[in-house]
Amino acid sequence: LPRPPPVAAGSGPVGPCGRRAYAPPAERKRFYQNVSISQGEGGFEINLDHRKLKTPQAKLFTVPSEALAIAVATEWDSQRDTIKFYTMHLTTLCNTALDNPTQRNKTQLIRAAVKFLETDTVCYRVDEPPALAELQKNEWDPVVAWAEKRYNVTIGSSTSILGPNIPASTKETFVSHLASYNMWALQGIEFVITQLKSLILSLSLIDRHITVEKAVLLSRLEEEYQIRRWGNVEWAHDYDLCELRARTAAGTLFVHLCSESSTVKHKLLQD
Amino acid sequence: MAALGAPLRTLRALLRELRHAAGRSYRDSPAYRHVLAAFRAHRVTSEKLCRAQQELHFQAATYLCLLRSVREHEALHREYHGKGERSPQEVAGLVGFRLPQQPGGKG
Repeated sequence: LPRPPPVAAGSGPVGPCGRRAYAPPAERKRFYQNVSISQGEGGFEINLDHRKLKTPQAKLFTVPSEALAIAVATEWDSQRDTIKFYTMHLTTLCNTALDNPTQRNKTQLIRAAVKFLETDTVCYRVDEPPALAELQKNEWDPVVAWAEKRYNVTIGSSTSILGPNIPASTKETFVSHLASYNMWALQGIEFVITQLKSLILSLSLIDRHITVEKAVLLSRLEEEYQIRRWGNVEWAHDYDLCELRARTAAGTLFVHLCSESSTVKHKLLQD
Repeated sequence: MAALGAPLRTLRALLRELRHAAGRSYRDSPAYRHVLAAFRAHRVTSEKLCRAQQELHFQAATYLCLLRSVREHEALHREYHGKGERSPQEVAGLVGFRLPQQPGGKG
């Protein structure tokens, strides 16, 4: 008799070759009562009842920051009858940082991030309709100017189909700036860039120059323009808007919590 | 620095979102206590424009945006995308028909 293929310890959809692809099932029944945090050797861990949370690749789920662990625990605790994995953005980001399923190193992540600059949303302008071109100029020029001043680079914008011509020195500046972040924070940064489709907006957000809502608005500027003209479709527009806000907010919070310094504590203790 | 408004407003909204997320025992939840403790700790500092205060406020505003957006997204999903297909009976009912009863089964 042929032996059945081994099933993974955590249940999930099994692919044709018997192995599970790197994608958890969309929903699952809540199987735990209590969620708590504990501190282990590698960092902070999440406990679902007495079980320790693991990543999809079965590694122990540890995060370097207590605040991040609390936020992840809150995600798990706020699930009701079913666990909706697609709403648990911080958990997903932590899993990505721990498992690194795309197996990219720091250099590759930075390269992927800076590559976005060549087709950065805020640099890629339209000629017409004039109202939209004007809106892009009024809303996006200040952010580009801010980035140019803050990082002492030349970026510019373009209406050509090839996009803006970014000088090599500009790219180098951003490469060395991103290199100052640790691997976890970089995963978060690359995630935010992919969501907003803009390196400049992401940096503006991470440098706390604009809020998440503003960054999302600027990223979706053309959509907002069309919505104002033709009307809003709640089940599509608002749905996408909320999802983009959630993911961007999660990515930003993730970056900040992973690159936090706790020098503030010293000051307060002295008072 | 981003235009954030009053920290107290952000704090209140954030605590309200945590209440929605946590359910009955929200006051004991680690997130609720952590947020309150962080805000209390940064309330009194020697500097007027405390950088740490601004950083905390920005983090709180970001977390608030996350919780709010997830809740709104879930509500929209349930409303528009979560209901699955209608059964044949429901489809017939849309135009006022009823499916025929065939005691011997079809065909």
